[in-house]
Amino acid sequence: MRIAYRDAVREAIRDALKADPRVFLMGEDVGRYGGSYAVSKGLLEEFGPQRIRDTPLSESAFVGAGIGAALGGLRPIVEIMTVNFSLLALDQIVNNAATLSHMSGGQLSVPLVIRLATGAGRQLGAQHSHSLEGWYAHIPGLRIAVPATLDDARRMLAAALASPDPVLLFEHLYLYNMEGELTPGLERVDLEHAAIRRAGRDVTLITYGWSLYKCLAAAATLAQEGIDAEVLDLRALRPLDDAAIMASVRRTRRAVIVDEGWRSGSLSAEVATRIVEQAFYDLDAPVARVCTAEVPVPYAKHLEAAALPSPETIAAAVRNLLTSGAGG
Amino acid sequence: MSAAGGYALSREHGLELLRQMLRIRAFEDRSYRLYGETKIRGFLHLYNGEEAVAAGVMQALRPADAIVSTYREHGHALARGISMNAVMAELFGKQTGCSRGRGGSMHLFDAAKRFYGGNAIVAGGLPIAVGLALAQKLQHQSDLTACFFGDGAVAEGEFHESLNLASLWKLPLLFICENNLYAMGTALERAQAETDITTKARAYRMEATAVDGMDAFAVEEAVADAARKIRNGAGPALLEMRTYRFRAHSMFDPQLYRDKAEVEAWQKKGPIVSLTTRLKALGLMTEEDYQRLEREAEAEVETAVGFAESSPWEPVSELARFVYAEHIA
Ligand SMILES: Cc1ncc(C[n+]2csc(CCOP(=O)(O)OP(=O)(O)O)c2C)c(N)n1
Ligand SMILES: [Mg+2]
Repeated sequence: MRIAYRDAVREAIRDALKADPRVFLMGEDVGRYGGSYAVSKGLLEEFGPQRIRDTPLSESAFVGAGIGAALGGLRPIVEIMTVNFSLLALDQIVNNAATLSHMSGGQLSVPLVIRLATGAGRQLGAQHSHSLEGWYAHIPGLRIAVPATLDDARRMLAAALASPDPVLLFEHLYLYNMEGELTPGLERVDLEHAAIRRAGRDVTLITYGWSLYKCLAAAATLAQEGIDAEVLDLRALRPLDDAAIMASVRRTRRAVIVDEGWRSGSLSAEVATRIVEQAFYDLDAPVARVCTAEVPVPYAKHLEAAALPSPETIAAAVRNLLTSGAGG
Repeated sequence: MSAAGGYALSREHGLELLRQMLRIRAFEDRSYRLYGETKIRGFLHLYNGEEAVAAGVMQALRPADAIVSTYREHGHALARGISMNAVMAELFGKQTGCSRGRGGSMHLFDAAKRFYGGNAIVAGGLPIAVGLALAQKLQHQSDLTACFFGDGAVAEGEFHESLNLASLWKLPLLFICENNLYAMGTALERAQAETDITTKARAYRMEATAVDGMDAFAVEEAVADAARKIRNGAGPALLEMRTYRFRAHSMFDPQLYRDKAEVEAWQKKGPIVSLTTRLKALGLMTEEDYQRLEREAEAEVETAVGFAESSPWEPVSELARFVYAEHIA
C-alpha cells in the first residue's frame, strides 16, 4: 500500500492514541486547523479535544506543560510547528526536560515526545529554514532522532513514546509529501541504530533527514562513473551510533558527511571528530563534509539552492576525495 | 469607534486613504495570481480586508518614526512609502528587491524609511520595538516606534514582557494589534481566557483603545491621538484594531475553521467599500474618481510586475554577502 510520509506520521499518532490512554497530542493548530502540515488532520474528530489539544501561540508554556504532564504520569506528544519556533521553548527543553532526571538524582524522568518540522528548501527565508537538530544533539539528557524513511516515520514514534526520556523527533518539511511503500512486516524500529540505505565499497556518505535522498541521488550518479558509495542514515543524532559509523568507514576507508546544518560547531564536526578519534588509521583520505553555506538561508530560489547541499555538490566532494585524496 | 472627533473628512484626505487601500488591494490580488504562476514562492500572507489599518496608521506617523512589522506586511510597507517596484521585486526574489532577494514576502526592510522589517516569528518584533523606542527616548528624540502584531502574538511571553518593559520605562512606543480574530486556524476565543486585548494592556498601566479597524479614518484618528500623547511623554499605548482577513492565512490554508458566511459578512463591511460609500454619500468623491484611483493602482502594479520580471537575479557569487556588516568607508 502506498503511503505519504505525513500519513505515516498520522498513523503512528493514531496507533499511540489508541494503544495508551495516557497519550495525547498538543500544539498549535493541531486540531481544528488539521495541523500546519496536515499531519494531524482528522484526529480531533476521532479523538476529541481532550486528547487533541490546540494551544495558543505559547511555545514555552505548552512545551513546559508537556514536561509537567509527563512528570504527572501522562505521555504527551507535543508538536512544535517547526524547529524555528522551538527557540521560544529552548529554556524548557534545555533547562528542564534535559536536566530533571539527572538533577533529581534519578527520581524523576520526563517521558515526553516533541515532534518538530525542520529544514530548508521551500524558500521560506532565514527565520523559517533552520536545521537546528545538531544543536539539540549537543544536549545530554535529550534523545534526538530523525525519521527519514517512511518506515521510520511510521514506527519511530512508538519507540519514542516507549522511552522514559525526552525524545525530539525531527521531520524534514520536504519529506511530508514523499510517497512510497512501507516494509511489510516491519512493526518496530529503535532509536539507537544507524542504517545502511545503500551498500558500497569506495566511500561512506554519512547523513540523515532529507539529505539522505540527496546522498542516494549522488550515489546513483557516482555509480555510473564506477564509484560505489555507501549511504549511512544516522537515524539517531543522540546517541550517535559510533559502531555503525566506524564499521562502514573501516570498510570504505573514506567518509563524506552531509549535513543540512552549518559546518562550524556542527553535528558534522562531531561525526568527523569521532571518525578521526576512532578510525584514523583506517582512513585513506581526510574526512570531508558537505554542509549548508554559512549564511542565514536566503529566500531567492537560486540563492537558497546554492546554500544547501545538493546531489551535485555531494558527488563533487566524493570525486575530489577519490582523485586528490584531499578533503572537500 | 467612528470618525467623530474633531476631524473633518476632506476630499483630498479621503481620496488619499482610499488610494492607499486600493494600491494595497491591487498589489495583494496580483500577488495571489503570481503565486499561482510560481513567480512568488515561500509563504505568502495577504492583507486583503485589513488595508484600513496600514493606510490609517501610516497617514498619522512621521517619516522619522520607526516601524516594526510582521510577515503580513505588504500593506504596511506600501503605505509607508516603500516603492511598489522594490516590494514586488522582493517577492520575486530579485536583486532589486527591498531586501535584495534574501528576505522575500515575510522580510521586507527599508532602513531609509525606518521600516525595521517583516518579522516571521510571531511576537518576535515586540522586544525589538522596545529597544528602538528606548533608543529614541535616550537620545531625546520626539519620534516614536510603531509596532504591528496579530491577535495570536498576544499569547506569547514576548508580548507581556515587552508591554511591561515599555510601560515601566515610559517608552515612546505604540503597540498596534491587528486583531483579525484568528491566528491561523485558532479563533481568539479558543486561544485567550480574556479576549479583550485592551484589558491586558491596561494591566500594564498603559492607555489602550479598541478601534474599528475597517475604518481607515477612525484608525488614523486613533493613531494621531495616541501619537500626540506619546510624543508628549505619556509613555506607551496600545491600539487594538478590530479587523478581518478576507483570504486564507497563507497559500496553504483550506480554511476549515471558519464559515464562508462569516467571511462574506465581513466583506460587506470591508474597508474599501465602506470608505467609498461614505465619500460618495458625503459628496466628496464621484464614481469617476473611484475608477481613476483603481486604474492608477492597477497601472502601478503592472509597472511593478514588469520591473520585477526584468530585474536581475543576485549573482550566486554574492551569496555570502551581508552576513556581517560591510563597512562603508
Ligand atoms: C513563534 C511562532 N510560532 C508559530 C508560528 C507559525 N505561525 C505563523 S503565523 C501564525 C498565526 C499568527 O496569528 P496572528 O498573530 O493573529 O497574525 P495574523 O496571521 O492573523 O495576521 C502562526 C501560528 C510562528 N511564525 N512563530
Ligand atoms: Mg490574527
